[in-house]
Amino acid sequence: MTTMSYIAAIDQGTTSTRCIVFDVNGSIVSVAQKEHEQFFPHPGLVEHDALEIWANVQEVVQGALDEAALTTADIAAIGITNQRETTVVWDKATGRPVYNAIVWQDTRTDSLVKQLGEMVGPERFRERTGLPLATYFAGPKLLWLLDNVDGLRERAESGEVLFGTIDTWLIWNLTGGVQGGRHVTDVTNASRTMLMNLESLDWDETILTRMNIPAAVLPVIVSSSEVYGLCAGFLEGVPVAGALGDQHAALFGQTAFNTGDIKSTYGTGSFLLLNTGSKPVQSRHGLITTVAYKIGDAPAVYALEGSIAVTGALVQWFRDRMGIISKASEIETLAASVDDNGGCYFVPAFSGLFAPYWRSDARGVIAGLTGYITKAHIARAVLEASAWQTREVVDAMLADTGVELSELKVDGGMTANNLLMQLLADALDVTVVRPMVAETTSLGAAYAAGLAVGFWPDLDSLRANWHRAAQWSPAIDEERRAHEYHYWKKAVQRTLGWVENEESTR
Amino acid sequence: MPGRIQSVERAAAILNLLASGNRRFGVVELSRFLDLPKGTVHGILATLQHIGFVEQDRVTGKYQLGASLLHLGNSYLDVNELRTRAINWADSLASRSREAVQIGTQHDGKVLIVHHVFRPDDSAQSLQVGVLLPSHATALGKVLLANDPSRDPAEEDWALVTGLTITDPSRLEIELAQVLVAGWAQEIGEAVDGEAAIAAPIRDDRNLVVGAIGIRGAIERFSYDRQHVRPELVALVQDAARAVSRDLGAHRG
Repeated sequence: MTTMSYIAAIDQGTTSTRCIVFDVNGSIVSVAQKEHEQFFPHPGLVEHDALEIWANVQEVVQGALDEAALTTADIAAIGITNQRETTVVWDKATGRPVYNAIVWQDTRTDSLVKQLGEMVGPERFRERTGLPLATYFAGPKLLWLLDNVDGLRERAESGEVLFGTIDTWLIWNLTGGVQGGRHVTDVTNASRTMLMNLESLDWDETILTRMNIPAAVLPVIVSSSEVYGLCAGFLEGVPVAGALGDQHAALFGQTAFNTGDIKSTYGTGSFLLLNTGSKPVQSRHGLITTVAYKIGDAPAVYALEGSIAVTGALVQWFRDRMGIISKASEIETLAASVDDNGGCYFVPAFSGLFAPYWRSDARGVIAGLTGYITKAHIARAVLEASAWQTREVVDAMLADTGVELSELKVDGGMTANNLLMQLLADALDVTVVRPMVAETTSLGAAYAAGLAVGFWPDLDSLRANWHRAAQWSPAIDEERRAHEYHYWKKAVQRTLGWVENEESTR
Repeated sequence: MPGRIQSVERAAAILNLLASGNRRFGVVELSRFLDLPKGTVHGILATLQHIGFVEQDRVTGKYQLGASLLHLGNSYLDVNELRTRAINWADSLASRSREAVQIGTQHDGKVLIVHHVFRPDDSAQSLQVGVLLPSHATALGKVLLANDPSRDPAEEDWALVTGLTITDPSRLEIELAQVLVAGWAQEIGEAVDGEAAIAAPIRDDRNLVVGAIGIRGAIERFSYDRQHVRPELVALVQDAARAVSRDLGAHRG
């Protein structure tokens, strides 16, 4: 195994950190994983310890190398994919974070974001950054830290502290940290800050000024695929050569390089990204405009993104809160024991509805209940909910771009559920394709790093690595599909306006 | 009906008592409730403790039901869970061997295909999940048969599927004995004309065989002499089987 070389991908996610080592065919050679602690100081607040994350990164990389009996010399490059928008500020001289990392789910910037909307105007943000005013994004989290951590603003202005999303934090540490670590962020992660201009791909001066953010704390925006620097100390000499936000990495790992390609990742929630080519498309249907990827000096490629809050989370709810199944995978066994939903529909608007409705007053319903309905019918409705929610996002994407959907590329843990894959094909009336490596997020990061060091020569060589592992074709007729979609939409209507005043949410 | 075994009945009585409430019992209490000598109760408890059906509290010395007894009722591995745990390794096996991968479990005396990964050449293929295959004619089935003590090849009728299918019970018995020793099975034209396959067992945390994983494709790619399959393909299948078993908690080795 000494003459061959490999690419290591670090997948720094919301609950755990993984390292996957890939060979030149894009096959998994070894995997190591470790969970990290979630801090919930108050309802709505979610924090991580950035030092714990950095320690876990080193541990899982070493673990994955050990499992395959590899050494640093076998690794051609390292790529990073990460939970997006999670924000770290640290001391440049000591490498110690000044505060816990504020996680993307954290809602402490709620009122801050509303103020920004009034000060700067929501349309200005959307036009310049592609993003709606929401609590997820990193820039307002940075602003919160500057305003709430004692003396931080002064230290930021004098250049003593650095800001970054998780990609930035890891690249800085890998490339030497306090001893000359590089302070950079990839363009996909930067596109989730609300601070980057989508056209210029640089920090937006107007927004920085209006938000009063000192430019000295910001990293340099770089492409998703280039050598950012060499590892120093740990992994000495290995190039750090790729970084992409998790959903962007999944799109890249799916080799969705053509305008009109769509991928959908099924995890706790689901994320659909549509490649829109070299022009950012503004959505009129509640989708986010984002950078898909940028390879070295080549022009950036853009995407429309639609997110669904609850897909896999509904199966977890069915398991943990209802106790009807003991393992998530058993939902398929239960749902497959009946031929249809028996007329019942489950709309999991647990915290309102996202794209394309954006209704915070909606709450979940199970509609169409009769004495005939069993737990198996409800299990089926649980899976169908993921399919119909996907259909609604896809419809919004098609309305924004006029693209014709030819097939849906899927990935993520829930793609092991064959029944869900069939239901997706039925709901969308297109072929659903699972690629050979369902770990497309890690694969995308590996691809970005491998391209930068010549491990793979070009995008075509990556396309050649992509193979269909399985596919599902629509198996219901148009009449049945129309009937089911009609009743799904009717069930969605039943969720709207449930919450009557904002105080009583939850 | 043969005579009932007294010590089994007594052990069951003890377990029933331990399951009757959420309090723990000492030896003296149990012997009083069951009207048995303390020495007898102690011997039964020691045996049950050894196999993990009861546990003794270190501080009080009292007994309660053990974790492995609680595990007993729900140790059945759902086939969809098996697929979830195996999916990455099955993908890896397909991309390294350049052949289609199948995972099978026993169902009504046959092999039920619970997972299928296409051969990575992007040719037209259809998903075989849910298909039943004959046990004696397939590599997957031979692995499952060889590891199932409840099946006796001499007592079943084995149908001819192709001209090469092994139907003679004594020949099948020898083949299965070899499979058990080698830890893998082969199939050359026995289930489908022109097709070969290799399979190896998937074990769970009790080291029981819960399924088999294998590859299937054209004989020409699997075997040069139509007698033996290529050892490098066998090694890939065994690696994948071990990786899945490890994920299910099986011990190394």
